[in-house]
Amino acid sequence: MLLIPCPYCGPRPELEFAYGGEGGIARPADPAALDDDAWGAFLYHRSNPRGMHVERWRHVHGCGRFFNARRDTVTDLFACSWKVGEAAP
Amino acid sequence: MSGAFRVAEGGRVDRARPVRFSFDGRAYTGLAGDTLASALIANGVHLVGRSFKYHRPRGFLAAGSEEPNALVRVGAGTARATPNLRATQVEVYEGLVAESQNRSPSLAFDLGAINDLAAPFLSAGFYYKTFMWPSWGWKRIYEPLIRRAAGLGRAPEAPDPDCYAQRYVHCDVLVVGAGPAGLSAALAAAEAGARVIICDEQAELGGSLLDETPGSAHAAWLARTLVALAQAGVRMLPRTTAFGMFAQNFVALAERVTEHLAAPDPRQPRERLWQVRARQVVLAAGAIERPLIFPGNDRPGVMLAGAARTYLRRYGVRPGARALVVTSSDEGYRSAIDLAQGGVDVAAIADLRAQPAAALADAARAAGLTVLPGSEIEGTSGRLRVRGARVRRATGGSAEIACDLVLMAGGRTPSVHLFSQSARKLSFDEATGAFVPDDAGGAIHPAGACRGVMEIDAVLRDGAQAGALAAQRAHLPTSAEVLRTVAATAEVTAVPARKPHARGRAFVDFQNDVTTKDIALAVREGFVSVEHVKRYTTVGMATDQGKTSNINALGLMAEARDTAIPQVGHTTFRMPYTPVSFGTLAGAARGNLFDPVRQTPIHAWAEAQGAVFEDVSLWKRARYFPERSETMHQAVARECLGVRAGVGVFDASTLGKIEVVGPDAAVFLERMYVNPFRKLGVGRTRYGVLLREDGFILDDGVIGRIAADRFHVTTTTGGAPRVLAMMEDYLQTEFSDLRVWLTSTTEEWAVIAVQGPKAREVIAPLVEGIDISPAALPHMSVREGRICGVKGRLFRVSFTGELGFELNVPADDAQMVWDAVWARGQDAGMVAYGTETMHVLRAEKGFIIVGQETDGTVTPDDVGLGWAVGAAKPDFVGKRSLARAAMKDPARKQLVGLLTQAPARVLEEGAQIVADASAGRRSLGHVTSAYFSACLGHSVALAMVSGGRARMGESLLVPMPGGDVTVRVVAPVFYDPAGERVNG
Ligand SMILES: [Zn+2]
Repeated sequence: MLLIPCPYCGPRPELEFAYGGEGGIARPADPAALDDDAWGAFLYHRSNPRGMHVERWRHVHGCGRFFNARRDTVTDLFACSWKVGEAAP
Repeated sequence: MSGAFRVAEGGRVDRARPVRFSFDGRAYTGLAGDTLASALIANGVHLVGRSFKYHRPRGFLAAGSEEPNALVRVGAGTARATPNLRATQVEVYEGLVAESQNRSPSLAFDLGAINDLAAPFLSAGFYYKTFMWPSWGWKRIYEPLIRRAAGLGRAPEAPDPDCYAQRYVHCDVLVVGAGPAGLSAALAAAEAGARVIICDEQAELGGSLLDETPGSAHAAWLARTLVALAQAGVRMLPRTTAFGMFAQNFVALAERVTEHLAAPDPRQPRERLWQVRARQVVLAAGAIERPLIFPGNDRPGVMLAGAARTYLRRYGVRPGARALVVTSSDEGYRSAIDLAQGGVDVAAIADLRAQPAAALADAARAAGLTVLPGSEIEGTSGRLRVRGARVRRATGGSAEIACDLVLMAGGRTPSVHLFSQSARKLSFDEATGAFVPDDAGGAIHPAGACRGVMEIDAVLRDGAQAGALAAQRAHLPTSAEVLRTVAATAEVTAVPARKPHARGRAFVDFQNDVTTKDIALAVREGFVSVEHVKRYTTVGMATDQGKTSNINALGLMAEARDTAIPQVGHTTFRMPYTPVSFGTLAGAARGNLFDPVRQTPIHAWAEAQGAVFEDVSLWKRARYFPERSETMHQAVARECLGVRAGVGVFDASTLGKIEVVGPDAAVFLERMYVNPFRKLGVGRTRYGVLLREDGFILDDGVIGRIAADRFHVTTTTGGAPRVLAMMEDYLQTEFSDLRVWLTSTTEEWAVIAVQGPKAREVIAPLVEGIDISPAALPHMSVREGRICGVKGRLFRVSFTGELGFELNVPADDAQMVWDAVWARGQDAGMVAYGTETMHVLRAEKGFIIVGQETDGTVTPDDVGLGWAVGAAKPDFVGKRSLARAAMKDPARKQLVGLLTQAPARVLEEGAQIVADASAGRRSLGHVTSAYFSACLGHSVALAMVSGGRARMGESLLVPMPGGDVTVRVVAPVFYDPAGERVNG
């Protein structure tokens, strides 16, 4: 079980969280302006790296808030986490 | 007397406390402190098991958890008996009952041993080669045969009567293994002020120190250290195996709490799962002695030399009368000298090396022992116990040496299982001849034998340094920088290889009966990857996970491929280190506590009415209310007719409900749902459809506008959590400009649906402050007011196609309101109906159920809900995806109705639909809902059919086991197509 650093509550066990997929993928402001390929990339293309991964988590059984985190997918160690709207450290 | 092989004194057993137990029905006496293994050996019993494949007689190989042979079933009865326990770990207690496994009828005479004669046909991969022919052979011959032969031991038949506990705990330093390295690490960490937990799989903390002579310096250090640890408040957990190591130092421990007791306190759990989050972990898992590989190395009486020494020193038991010690390492000498001192007649030390260390050879000779350098073991003799071994001398010629014990000393393999599980790398250490932890940095600190440090004083130093460093890394103040200065001290030990003169089978993996020939065969047949050889030969795949076999197998693979072990690599170490019972993993989560059960406030009433319930997500929902001896179909037909002709009452409390509040609530819902909401008037409701961003339907439900800034959103029963989560996601991350707050109100509102032409007259006297006349409260309206005196929300909505109301009342008042509705309804002939009737009534109207008509690939237009989409809205979740060409393909599956040619024939949900009876026909779609409609007198079905709306009137076929069923495609509304009844 991972130990996940909620930027609002501090480190908490994974049981309290829901995974939110890759982070940093903003919904286009005007989806209608995108062609099919660009929209498809937004919907489906994810980086899936071996190594550092920016991802979203929600402290669903805690403060309920979404936040961003950077995790090494090899070691599962979290490097950092930050609130929605903050710049990545 | 506790056995003829018990020595007069010594060992940690309690000679004042004899313990009676039975093995295979025979009574024996051991001593408190014995394991089942040491107590049996004390009684001269070595034959304790039959091997898995060849049913060869097997005895004790080891003295600890690495034991591959001595698997026993412990405990009497059908509920508490536990199979596949290692006799070397089972502590004897008064009345213990144990049985051997994998033999029939008895250990001494086992019919399965016929497999041993058939061994030439049972080589590696024989599963894949043999069970191929004839084609009917698999089902009739091979599968029944394999099922009987497969698996070890017999699972208990009755439910487990014991309870199991689970604990979560945090600490600064967790020390795994309480041998010299672990104890010194725990002491150093505790002295630095760390909160320390130390666990060990054995009954006593001490590890190899338990083999030391009482009074010796190391034995005294052990006693002193245990006292110091207790005084320092270290949590000490004996009988506790660290079986899994996960990310971020999350370690799973299994503690055997009462397993060793004759009369356990019933308030105690049988086992306890510890889930430890440690800032730092010291791994002091020790090392496991390696067997040597020679023909007949699996006979009872062939044992690891270190194990024999443990039996003698720790348990006061002589493992045999006359021993031949076979060694490829210096350690064999130490064991031989100790055993000779303990009264075992050591026939000779056969050293596989041509040049043993002179000092050791001299010491052995000084102790009166014969040393035979450059020896080779050609085989062993004896049937149920070894009687002798044939030794070829370096000088030429062979001699048969009579003995009842052959002791193998092949060097020690560091136990790197947990380290490797933590996803850290191993590297091959030439000095140890084994894989050792690669990385000493970070928050995991291997110490002692598990990193190749073998000499006792070096081990103590290494442990202390590891403990101090761990405490420091746990951010505790220490006086100075801690350095790890101890280097591996293991001697060079060649992994044993096949010998040119050896004939007969030499076993590598004892538990799975894998021989040197199997591994050579696998390599010859082209298996190169270590993972492939493992699976093909099954080496290392038994319940012991190859603790004694893996490194030898790697050596053999390297030899067969003419390469070196580092080039072969190693297989993946996986948890659990030793088997863990299901009870420990499940803990309290079984039976009624396996999953939460959600019940509506009306549940008890429905139960009293004799309702039959079904599970819908976590909810218990009344499915139908049978009267007297009605079948489900009879009850559902009566309930359906009752609703359509008069009035029915239905508990819809499980509907998900979300209160959406805020000045931007309407804008938010417009962005989330396909429908327009801004112009929805207060007091009006709308059927909302929610898509995912990919354009497919996620959920649906009625949404009522309670006030300009307040909406009452309903969701499907199972969809409530994901809808709320999705709304929160968009609100927090994408639409954070909107001032909207979301609250789950599913549990707050009970929902009593009153449906049918007489619904209004039933509820009229119960409602205060709301005009429920058709003009004042038209279909798709909502009002706040009092219902039976309590504040509620009255929806005029219908999921049946009839005049309908849904009474939302506080859950605490729900039963009172329900009772009033029920009492009022009696004059109108009210029926209570369940989910089955609800399904039939809505299917007659062609109303979809998300998850039944839809499957995550369905757009609103596919199910005829294109009208709901607010096409004029600039954007909503999923809108862009609906614009993709594929989403407008006329060949997409579309919702249609199906009528069977034979009116009584009910189709099967999920059945495929085809155009004709030709051989190459392809599926056009599938049946999503099918019922017999009592109101219409024939069956009705909904289906998703390719280009379905253009097929009205077509005849299609539904292939069923009894033959194709002919159906006609019709519009999906079977009852009241004009939709007039809701306006009643
Ligand atoms: Zn939080």
